[in-house]
Amino acid sequence: MSELIRKTAVELAQLIASGEVSSEEVTRAHLERINEVDGDVHAFLYVDETNALEAAREVDKNIQAGNLQSPLAGVPLALKDVLTMKDVPTTCGSKILEGWKPQYDSTVVTRLRNAGVIILGKTNMDEFAMGSSTEYSAYGPTRNPWDLTRIPGGSGGGSAASLAAFEAPLAIGTDTGGSIRQPAAVTGTVGVKPTYGGVSRYGLVALASSLDQAGPCTRSVMDAALLHQLIAGYDPMDSTSINSPVPDVVAAAKNQSIKGMKIGLVKQLGGEGYQAGVRERFDEVVALLGSLGAEVIEISCPSFEYALAAYYLILPSECSSNLAKFDGMRYGLRVGDDGKHSVEEVMSLSRAAGFGPEVKRRIMLGTFALSSGYYDAYYGSAQKVRTLIAKDFTDAFSQVDVLISPTAPTTAFKIGDKVDDPLAMYLNDVATIPVNLAGNCAMSIPIGLAKEDNLPVGLQIMAPVMADDRLYFLGAVIEAALEAQWGHRFIEKVPS
Amino acid sequence: MAELSREQVAHLAKLARLALTDAELEHYAQQLGVILDSVAKVTEVASSGIKPTSHAIEMTNVFRTDEVRPSFTSDVTSQNAPEWEDERFRVPRILDEE
Repeated sequence: MSELIRKTAVELAQLIASGEVSSEEVTRAHLERINEVDGDVHAFLYVDETNALEAAREVDKNIQAGNLQSPLAGVPLALKDVLTMKDVPTTCGSKILEGWKPQYDSTVVTRLRNAGVIILGKTNMDEFAMGSSTEYSAYGPTRNPWDLTRIPGGSGGGSAASLAAFEAPLAIGTDTGGSIRQPAAVTGTVGVKPTYGGVSRYGLVALASSLDQAGPCTRSVMDAALLHQLIAGYDPMDSTSINSPVPDVVAAAKNQSIKGMKIGLVKQLGGEGYQAGVRERFDEVVALLGSLGAEVIEISCPSFEYALAAYYLILPSECSSNLAKFDGMRYGLRVGDDGKHSVEEVMSLSRAAGFGPEVKRRIMLGTFALSSGYYDAYYGSAQKVRTLIAKDFTDAFSQVDVLISPTAPTTAFKIGDKVDDPLAMYLNDVATIPVNLAGNCAMSIPIGLAKEDNLPVGLQIMAPVMADDRLYFLGAVIEAALEAQWGHRFIEKVPS
Repeated sequence: MAELSREQVAHLAKLARLALTDAELEHYAQQLGVILDSVAKVTEVASSGIKPTSHAIEMTNVFRTDEVRPSFTSDVTSQNAPEWEDERFRVPRILDEE
């Protein structure tokens, strides 16, 4: 195994910028690693070897000419298969888009290219980002590098697993209800859901437009900050993009002290229903924060108890509308076009053949929640709960700087355990969903292994809208303190 | 409050343009009923005095100037078309032949 693949993105970027190692060498090392382990892990749906190597040589040429495109120039990255990249297959983990090649780059991809980041390929995900285990991918599940019989989280299990398997030092995920943070938690990696509107959604195939947000997935807090800074910022191509300066997340990630910081423990997240080993690691960090000089107090967010219910009405409603465009007429799978079936029959046959069980379930749930006679009781009530949750956050942030909780109620479960039990699957997102509903930002960082199963546990930090820097401010200090205790970086414990 | 009949699920599938098998209709009727029972919890706290939120970050009327910009040519547009004929998407018949 090349030593290069175990380095952080910061370390690789420095080696490349100084000319000590070329981007091509770094890219080749990661492509070799993918070749070696992805048969087992299945993090990638598509590896773009030729273009990646060409892009790497281009960066090397630029560096030799004295042009360093960004602090991450030449570093490889794995891209979730829900973001478009011109002429490269984008499936969203669905059969309905098999073979579809987008005609344009998403804004995230444009910014990565301009920064000289090398895109290795597209990562596996639950179909159209609906799921918490990557088992709902039409192309087969991704496996967790910590234990190949377990799930890597979802929907962005491919992106998180690619990091833990050392196939890529950086990845991009998208988070609608926890799809960056929960995979980060169960794979022992770092994942950030930026403030809604912080990163452009142009070219992000929509699941729920009012909740979706792309963000960085990495193996360290500083790597996440650098990637965050590259992809964030106003984009006129996205009408929900926030037109104000990106918080200085890189400066915040250099922070070394949380003396006097006010940290709230969310009373409703972390008690009953949370695995003992998750709670134990979490409680240890709470004690650590106190010893580092932070003021930790319990905060009640009573409406969070209704977040999961509201989310599973709002999300299906938006997705039933967003996915109506997949009808087999202009692109994507078309089935039953034999001259005998009407256009509506062809649409229904194409959608039935192209969508998997979870997507069908949520489309029908949303169709129901939006239907006449039920709209007010279901969708309307869920929107009111959304108001209450945002109010809980506003009240909380009037008392504390950030809130914390476990990221997920359990460690990685076994593949197959929850695949046909939707309610059990939905519970994975119980701690991550409130942030998506209120639009603010959150981060998950690894805090150790659960005693009972030796699997990674994640801690979630939540901050107000456009205060993404606070995530890094606290995340950097927790990471440094824990690494000092362990004597090594967390990811080094992953079996190789 | 929510017990979904097989007929109701068949109607939803029709509205959502999903050609489901009988076995799928049975399965979803049962599963959707369970999910709806669980999410109906939202009605417990959603009183009439609360303003609904459709978007977390409030924004209204984001405009751009209405100017002519280049768009995809037909050879680009047709790249992913299931059927393409005479510079157009070919689709199944829309009207009954009667």
